[in-house]
Amino acid sequence: MSKSAFNQPISVAWLFKMAWRDSRKNRSRLFLFISSIVLGIAALVAVYSFKDNLQRDIDSQAKELAGADLIVESRRPLEKARQKMLAQLGDDRAEERIFASMLYFIKGEGSRLVQIKALQGKYPFYGKIETSPAAAATQFQSGRNALVDQTLMLQFNAKVGDSVKVGALNFKIAGILNKAPGQTGIQATIAPTVFIPLIYLEKTGLTQIGSRITYRFYYQYLNDSELEKTLKKIEAPFEKEGLDIETVASKKESTGRSFRDMSRFLALAGFIALLLGCIGVGSAIHVYIQEKLSTIATLRCLGLKARAAFLIYLIQISCIGLIGAVLGAALGTAIQFLLPVVLKDFLPIEISMQISWLAVAQGVALGLLISILFALPSLLAVRKISPLNAIRASFESATAKRDPLKWLVYVLMILFVFGFTYLQMKSMAQSIAFTIAILIAFLLLMAFSKGLMFLAKKFLPLSWSYLWRQGFANLYRPNNQTLMLTVSIGLSTAFICTLFFVQAILINRVTLSSSANQPNTILFDIQNTQKDDLNKLTKSYKLPLMNQVPVITMRIEQINGKTLAKDTSNANAFRGEIRATYQDSLTAAEKITDGEWIGKVESDTAPIYISLEQGYAKRLKVKLKDKIVFNVQGTLITTAVGSFREVNWGRMQTNFRVVFPTGVLEDAPQFHVLMTRIPSKEVSAKYQGAVVRKFPNVSVIDLDLVLELIDELLSKIGFVIRFMAGFSMATGWIVLLSAVLTSKNQRIKESILLRTLGASGKQVLIINAIEYFFLGVLAAGAGLILSISGSWLLAKYSFDATFTPPLVPILVLFSIVVGLVVITGVLSTRNILNQPPLKILRNEG
Amino acid sequence: METILEIKNVSKAYQSANHELTVLDNINFSINKGDTVAITGPSGSGKTTLLGLCAGLDRATSGSVTLNNIALDNLNEDQRAAVRNQYVGFIFQNFQLLPTLTALENVMVPLELRGAKNIKATAMTLLDKVGLADRSHHYPVQLSGGEQQRVSLARAFSNQPALLFADEPTGNLDAETSEKVIKLLFDLNKDAGTTLVIVTHDLELAARTNRIIKIKGGIIIADESPKYV
Ligand SMILES: Nc1ncnc2c1ncn2[C@@H]1O[C@H](COP(=O)(O)OP(=O)(O)OP(=O)(O)O)[C@@H](O)[C@H]1O
Ligand SMILES: [Mg+2]
Repeated sequence: MSKSAFNQPISVAWLFKMAWRDSRKNRSRLFLFISSIVLGIAALVAVYSFKDNLQRDIDSQAKELAGADLIVESRRPLEKARQKMLAQLGDDRAEERIFASMLYFIKGEGSRLVQIKALQGKYPFYGKIETSPAAAATQFQSGRNALVDQTLMLQFNAKVGDSVKVGALNFKIAGILNKAPGQTGIQATIAPTVFIPLIYLEKTGLTQIGSRITYRFYYQYLNDSELEKTLKKIEAPFEKEGLDIETVASKKESTGRSFRDMSRFLALAGFIALLLGCIGVGSAIHVYIQEKLSTIATLRCLGLKARAAFLIYLIQISCIGLIGAVLGAALGTAIQFLLPVVLKDFLPIEISMQISWLAVAQGVALGLLISILFALPSLLAVRKISPLNAIRASFESATAKRDPLKWLVYVLMILFVFGFTYLQMKSMAQSIAFTIAILIAFLLLMAFSKGLMFLAKKFLPLSWSYLWRQGFANLYRPNNQTLMLTVSIGLSTAFICTLFFVQAILINRVTLSSSANQPNTILFDIQNTQKDDLNKLTKSYKLPLMNQVPVITMRIEQINGKTLAKDTSNANAFRGEIRATYQDSLTAAEKITDGEWIGKVESDTAPIYISLEQGYAKRLKVKLKDKIVFNVQGTLITTAVGSFREVNWGRMQTNFRVVFPTGVLEDAPQFHVLMTRIPSKEVSAKYQGAVVRKFPNVSVIDLDLVLELIDELLSKIGFVIRFMAGFSMATGWIVLLSAVLTSKNQRIKESILLRTLGASGKQVLIINAIEYFFLGVLAAGAGLILSISGSWLLAKYSFDATFTPPLVPILVLFSIVVGLVVITGVLSTRNILNQPPLKILRNEG
Repeated sequence: METILEIKNVSKAYQSANHELTVLDNINFSINKGDTVAITGPSGSGKTTLLGLCAGLDRATSGSVTLNNIALDNLNEDQRAAVRNQYVGFIFQNFQLLPTLTALENVMVPLELRGAKNIKATAMTLLDKVGLADRSHHYPVQLSGGEQQRVSLARAFSNQPALLFADEPTGNLDAETSEKVIKLLFDLNKDAGTTLVIVTHDLELAARTNRIIKIKGGIIIADESPKYV
């Protein structure tokens, strides 16, 4: 014979034709498999498109975001010379002071801590301050007017034209502030803004020592090269003085960065949905190939080569994967228009959503890649199917033989998960952690399911009724889907519950502090002279003085003889203001972890041993006995690190990173903080009003209000998370449905056999229901256990909080999952029973 | 006479958990071109195993199988698949038609695999010969068992195999249908001049061949050629 017969090339066209023919009776099923990845792809495409659109809009709106070409910011008062220089920069300039202060509504007698922005000049040069009436944005500077944030207006039921008091001065509300440039809805809720003209700032009496004021200078440059020149000139000296410079480019960069983090998170949430879908695809294809065993064996008998057989099914899966990916991309492109609505409170700009073809292409490629990758273990087995299967029925299962390539595929899968995660996170450690977490969850669920099948087989209680035993035994009979259903149901349950629990932990953590006899109101910026009067006022309202400490602001000048100029490795340590206190003994929330606490400095010459919070010390990179020189508003004080403390930040009280002993700072400029507990909202409003009227510079933080805000913030974040988790939930359900329908063929024979043996349709139904009930209970249980332990670990090590699993929600979640599994399982097998057996037998081939 | 299949010292053993099960023990025979041979024997005697080895579906534990002067033992899976496509046809007890292909397409597959010309016409001619030209576009589920086996006959002859293997071709059919299928099988065989190897319990079918090999417990206990006797 001719040698060529051995190496006859098989035509690609024929392989496609065969793939097409072979899919004939399976197309709807194949489509069902692939629908598991549709939602995951949709989620990712939506997030990617959103990211692209956001990036484009940030780029095009960066000027409006910044409002100026150059922004210089300082957190402390400027030297005369510097002020003079700043007054000459740019073609146009504006100036702003920002600080926290109480705002008092004269008519309603309400007050609240707000962010005051005292503005002078035509800022913003680009974009606008949105107010109603619109003209107020520019006109308010012409008199003693204020622009008040809309949330405040609502909270205190105020109207344009009403009066508010800032410090010692009354202002007329000229307009409602709807949106300041670059401000997000969340920022406005947490720190509502009030604009006043800068010229009145002095007269409010709020610019004294103690108040933390940020100085901002805005510049417009009509000429880019002029701006470049200025930047070159000022960068180095400003950096040294601790002045921050912001430009349109840096604003673009920083805004982009913060939203990259957000879209990374969203993409990861979408990826989990996709992974769930992949597990679904993988196992559905596995069953599909098992059913093709005899077809493949026959083709092999007729002379089809192993590789060609493999290619036929690879083509089939690729095509259907491509369809799924395209559908996913289309759906994702539609869903992306929802994202700006979901995220509206977090966005600083208007987003104009457009179709992002790049995102669509990424989604399609990803969908194709992932469906092939996860089908490969089953597809590779096609090569190993022996033609003997044609003459000897079920000679072996399609996957019985060992195949090193399969292990390669598993490694590729893990690499893929890692690689994808890395592309999102851009952090090696995080990606490894994420991959390992997924892998562990996967392996645990797998081990759990294997163990379960083993136990079910070994300890099936014989005393149970036939229906129960049969339902239970279904879990481990050949070709069962227990493994894959436990994994996919378990993983999606775990994922969703963990999100839910973490949210609960966070809310718990903040509400904890408001409970019992913990303080709920903090007053700060209390001057030395006001201390006693304020205490008297507080007592007259029958409120306790719960924690009263002095606060001194200072900066680090030197660490072990090195200044910032010399030690660039630790530049952050020298920046910013530190708020320190002094005390003679430790509070209940503090514990010395190393060194020794010395409460008093006896003489002027004795060394001053301070105590540092241990985490802060680590960031400063200092050890015990290291020398730190502090600049306390002009006076240099040399200290040595005497001890490290552990601080329980969860306790509601004033905690400090740096604590001095008594006998050093008593005469330094300082203000005091007072904590108290106010029993009711009414008393709180009255007390706050009294404080603001008498001590306008004192700020009052109402922790109950803060808690409400945090609650609101968390529920907004929670909404976004639930939106993304929804993809996983829906995918989990589709995987379940696909698995149930896939195993339908295997059930048909058995169900009919049972019926011919005399079981009623109802009994068969009950057997199925029992099986799905067990499956649901065990998979959801495993997922819950996984997420409870995960949340507990997170709570303990990440949030430093306690976690008690919320019983009622757990039971509700659990019942929902189990119910869904049973209903899906029973409904999709029910129609088997209603069909005549003959039809089923004929369709079965 | 030219030898088309030569089995030399062939043994087959299965390795089970703790002991070796010898299914075929040192089998020797050769088959001439154009012969019709029946392999008979009690259930479990190793007939299907032997057929699998002859057709190159499986590897012998020891010994050699030479098909049309090609030593199968030295070939890998894909090369043996090519040999099957070139020289071998199959008829199965349970027909083994591809369920997603029509009758016509089923008959076409071996030809397509081979890259032949005029595939459709050839296939239609064969379907016509088995009397199913009018059912060419039906799927296997739409055909009765006997019809399916006739399609399977058409498929087996489509690539004009040098050797045709049949494992219990009438095992799933009633007497009357069996008779029809057997007649068809021998008619087609006569036209094509194919060598036929049939595994069967059916003594009537065996009697129509010109050689009967009887095996029992993995060894040949008789090898007779009744027609020449
Ligand atoms: N994969 C295998 N592993 C172990 N033993 C096997 C295997 N395949 C077949 N056997 C054994 O080999 C022996 C011969 O099987 P074979 O199918 O060849 O018999 P047969 O003659 O075709 O029987 P029947 O007439 O019932 O079809 C049987 O005892 C069978 O149990
Ligand atoms: Mg047999």
